Amino acid sequence: MSSRALLTAVLPLVGALVLTGCGQRYDPQAQAAAEQAPRQSCVDTDGDTIKVGLLNSLSGTMAVSETTVNRSLNMAIDEINADGGVLGKQIEPVTEDGASEPTIFAERAGKLIRQDCVAAVFGGWTSASRKAMLPVFESQDSLLFYPVQYEGLEASPNIFYSGATTNQQIIPALDWMREQGHRKIFLVGSDYVFPRTANRIINAYAEAHDMEIVGEEYVPMGSTEFSTIVNKAMASEADAVFNTLNGDSNVAFFRQYNAVGMDAQSLPVMSVSIAEEEVPGIGVDNLRGQYVAWDYYQTVETPENDAFVADFKRSYGENQVTSDPMEAAYTSVYLWKEMVEEAGSFDVAAVQEAADSGEIAFDAPEGTVTVDGENQHISKTPRIGQIREDGLIDTIWEAPEPVAPDPFLDGYSWAASINGA
Amino acid sequence: MEILISQLFAGLSLGSVLLLAAVGLSLTFGQMGVINMAHGEFIMAGAYTAFTVQQILGSAGVSLLVSLPLAFLVGGLLGLILEATLLRRMYHRPLDTLLVTFGVSLILQQLARDIFGAPSVDVRLPELLSGPVMIFGTPVPASRVFILALTVVVVAGLSLLMSRTSLGRRIRAVVQSRELAEASGISSRRTDALTFFVGSGLAGVAGVAITLIGSTSPTLGTTYIVDAFLVVVAGGIGQIRGAVIAAAGLGLLQVFFEFGTTASIAKVIVLVIVVAFLQIRPQGIVATRTRGLA
Repeated sequence: MSSRALLTAVLPLVGALVLTGCGQRYDPQAQAAAEQAPRQSCVDTDGDTIKVGLLNSLSGTMAVSETTVNRSLNMAIDEINADGGVLGKQIEPVTEDGASEPTIFAERAGKLIRQDCVAAVFGGWTSASRKAMLPVFESQDSLLFYPVQYEGLEASPNIFYSGATTNQQIIPALDWMREQGHRKIFLVGSDYVFPRTANRIINAYAEAHDMEIVGEEYVPMGSTEFSTIVNKAMASEADAVFNTLNGDSNVAFFRQYNAVGMDAQSLPVMSVSIAEEEVPGIGVDNLRGQYVAWDYYQTVETPENDAFVADFKRSYGENQVTSDPMEAAYTSVYLWKEMVEEAGSFDVAAVQEAADSGEIAFDAPEGTVTVDGENQHISKTPRIGQIREDGLIDTIWEAPEPVAPDPFLDGYSWAASINGA
Repeated sequence: MEILISQLFAGLSLGSVLLLAAVGLSLTFGQMGVINMAHGEFIMAGAYTAFTVQQILGSAGVSLLVSLPLAFLVGGLLGLILEATLLRRMYHRPLDTLLVTFGVSLILQQLARDIFGAPSVDVRLPELLSGPVMIFGTPVPASRVFILALTVVVVAGLSLLMSRTSLGRRIRAVVQSRELAEASGISSRRTDALTFFVGSGLAGVAGVAITLIGSTSPTLGTTYIVDAFLVVVAGGIGQIRGAVIAAAGLGLLQVFFEFGTTASIAKVIVLVIVVAFLQIRPQGIVATRTRGLA
């Protein structure tokens, strides 16, 4: 074989690898049209059990994070069952693997609704997976409980969002940074929908609050080369960094950051995608003293959280940690139970109506949360955390009371350019 | 001025990482014509070797020194097994090797996931390498300086091996003409196996180096395999000298375009440049003059 033929053999392959490497996270709203058939609910409410679907990535790149979410969902279900179930019925979970692929999430969601006839589905993580499932749940008129903080600007009547929206995470983080006197912010993020949307909001916020964005950088998913970006951050005279990097890129970023002699004192970093679970992989040496923004940490001091952490460790091992999305997933099962019991029925319309009352609340590990009937999000207490020596996170600031969800940022005049209002 | 120095260094250091990942490949792909998609997983195996050694020994500094030769052995043995069980049956069929080794790479990734778990693990840096060192008054990461030095040692060692030792002579003889080499009494089978051992071992060494800058996860290899092939192809197949030039060039281009634009755009520009370059000069920077491949 000639070297030229070798080249023609290798280059397309290299190209294909590049494409698959990026492709899976950018997947558009797939599969929607295929699931359009009008639906007669087939949920069986006669027996002693009621089926719900658990749809998490148990394989693929997101399995790391979603497996533990699946565990906390199961834990909530076990607890509820031990306590007598929902409307006297035992919950019977049907588990499907979303395999880190938005198209598979959409397909499995359809299967759970039509074949398994589940009363509700719990799961999803990436915004791409949620966007892919949304049309399925809307066309089949079923319910999805989505447990992860996300970029906002969405409110489907068929989805309950138990993670934070932007005004419960990003905006409190910015408020806090401003209070600390940070005025020049450098933005770094992975190149996909969440960081880009988050940074649009941050830019609008900065403009209205006399802060300056001195740099805005994106890296491809999975990138491990941060020399230039860290150089840019140093040259920009920023006094803080806002980090929306996802996954493994954080490791390379913080290593490079420390390697040129910077740390939480010289140039603090605020991260919104690093929770207790991610800390060991990034290395606590690289993160010590840095800041994060979430609504829940393992160290939150409530009786509910003490029980939650203890039960989780008992079920899955002493060295397990609990994180915000896990807590939000756990909470979502209880919220569904409350709604069903308020409605006295598993019927989707009845459950939605029960949620509209605005009186569905639960004493979650993070504190009391209430479902907002208007936009199906929940009120949560924003907390700024600081990563400590042992990899857990201390709350260094928390909102005095739960903040009502505002996914479209209607309550913020400076956000007009973002929500299109 | 300071920014120029740190960017220049960033480019060279990126180049050295690319070169380290690619140098083993230039042996197995370049000289033997085997498209080894599992090369990235040999890198990953080297990285996990570093992790395992650190778990056992504790001290980050000592374990780094221990894991370098050990990772060479681990990578090399994996390569040897792959060569002996599968690739030996399909020399002269590069496309088959491509498919088979791609399958092997998936198996190795899953194996790593089963052994070490899917989340990435943390390999601690030795105290000495965790901070910055000053070069012309500019702080640059000590770990990067170490990788740069390691690359120089590895490439120099490989060049010596190829030009001065009998193994090197045999490898070059087999590459130039397998039949003539065999006719003069060289066992091409043994030479193939040894070449593969050395090439894959170098991937293991690269893996140890990569733990110093990024995360160690089962999919670590996939991040580097594309760039590694790019370096080998752009440098000229079978040419270590070409790979050195290509790696340095790609590193510097990437870093300087990135400074002017963004990381994603810079990657696109660099790829376009490489494609355009290969249109003009398909044989790469340094042309191969052998009968084995031409």
